Amino acid sequence: MKAWLLLAAALLLPCLALAAGESPRLVGPSPMPAEVPAPPLPADRADDVRRTRNYPDQPPVIPHSITDYQIDLNTNRCLTCHARQYAEAVQAPMISVTHYQDRDGQFLGGVSARRYFCTQCHVPQTDARPLVDNRFEDIDTILERLRRGRDGQ
Amino acid sequence: MIGFLKRWWRVATGPSKFFSLGFLTLGGFVSGVLFWGAFNTALEFTNREAFCIGCHEMRDNVYQELQDTIHFTNRSGVRATCPDCHVPHEWTHKIARKMQASKEVWGWLFGTIDTRQEFQAMRRTLAEHEWHRLKANDSLECRNCHGADSMDITRQSPRAARIHERFLFTGERTCIDCHKGIAHELPNMEGVPPGWDPQWDRAAALSSGVGQGQGPMGDSGD
Repeated sequence: MKAWLLLAAALLLPCLALAAGESPRLVGPSPMPAEVPAPPLPADRADDVRRTRNYPDQPPVIPHSITDYQIDLNTNRCLTCHARQYAEAVQAPMISVTHYQDRDGQFLGGVSARRYFCTQCHVPQTDARPLVDNRFEDIDTILERLRRGRDGQ
Repeated sequence: MIGFLKRWWRVATGPSKFFSLGFLTLGGFVSGVLFWGAFNTALEFTNREAFCIGCHEMRDNVYQELQDTIHFTNRSGVRATCPDCHVPHEWTHKIARKMQASKEVWGWLFGTIDTRQEFQAMRRTLAEHEWHRLKANDSLECRNCHGADSMDITRQSPRAARIHERFLFTGERTCIDCHKGIAHELPNMEGVPPGWDPQWDRAAALSSGVGQGQGPMGDSGD
């Protein structure tokens, strides 16, 4: 009898809560329109140290600040260092050769239009704490684990 | 006409008939002081940001763009106003710049830039004027605040330090050669090489005179 009562209560309570508009929210302020202070902006990682890519064709991340960089029809600030002609003078990594190809693989004299907007793929990194854990493992880690598992048997 | 001038010449060169010498000398001195004060006050009145953005051309275009940049908003709250960069601080050069600016009054009177589109169409020309001016005076307005002597390159990123050492301290380039578009959006930069371009001289010669050596900075014969 007691169990029945408990079950009924467990079923009923969420309905009551819903009726009161008090359903718990997963993200954001609760109740919904409440104003909460914005979290502090995380600092850029601007140490000019290149980061390992997680897989070969990952767009490399940007290890310097790109605040106020103008990338539009008029000019592209990134290319003033990373374009082929200027890479040596400032010792910047040259954008890869794929950026000088059209989508049929034909080579072009300059940067391809479809590769022009750098920040579509390349992003700076911050010190922000990830919202969810990242359990990504690169191929070498996986192969290593498989090899160990095989050797262990 | 000649007779008229002759009569005025006689009056101007003859001795005073009614006013005492003391009145004339002291009065001349006082009115001179008043004129000078009024002139400089009027000049300084036009040297304020509020005056610059009194016109919609400035307020709606360049001033809006300035507000996003480091020269308007930054962590220490020091900011540059329009005349800090666009008007020389020293008197002679200031007067010269102010006389040039009469062209801008003309443009304002006749609505040369009435719309955003007209501004965008003029942007490269306007930017080139400022690049030329700053190149010719060795980036004087930058150096009013940013001194190469006070620049501690150990506190800069290695990249910036290397380039400043290579180009700024040797006098091979001046601020504006590399730091274009730091306070406003850039125009179409086709043919304008960055200051660290190894082909700088060739590229500068090709690009319709922009960045060409003017004055002592241009010749890197040493």
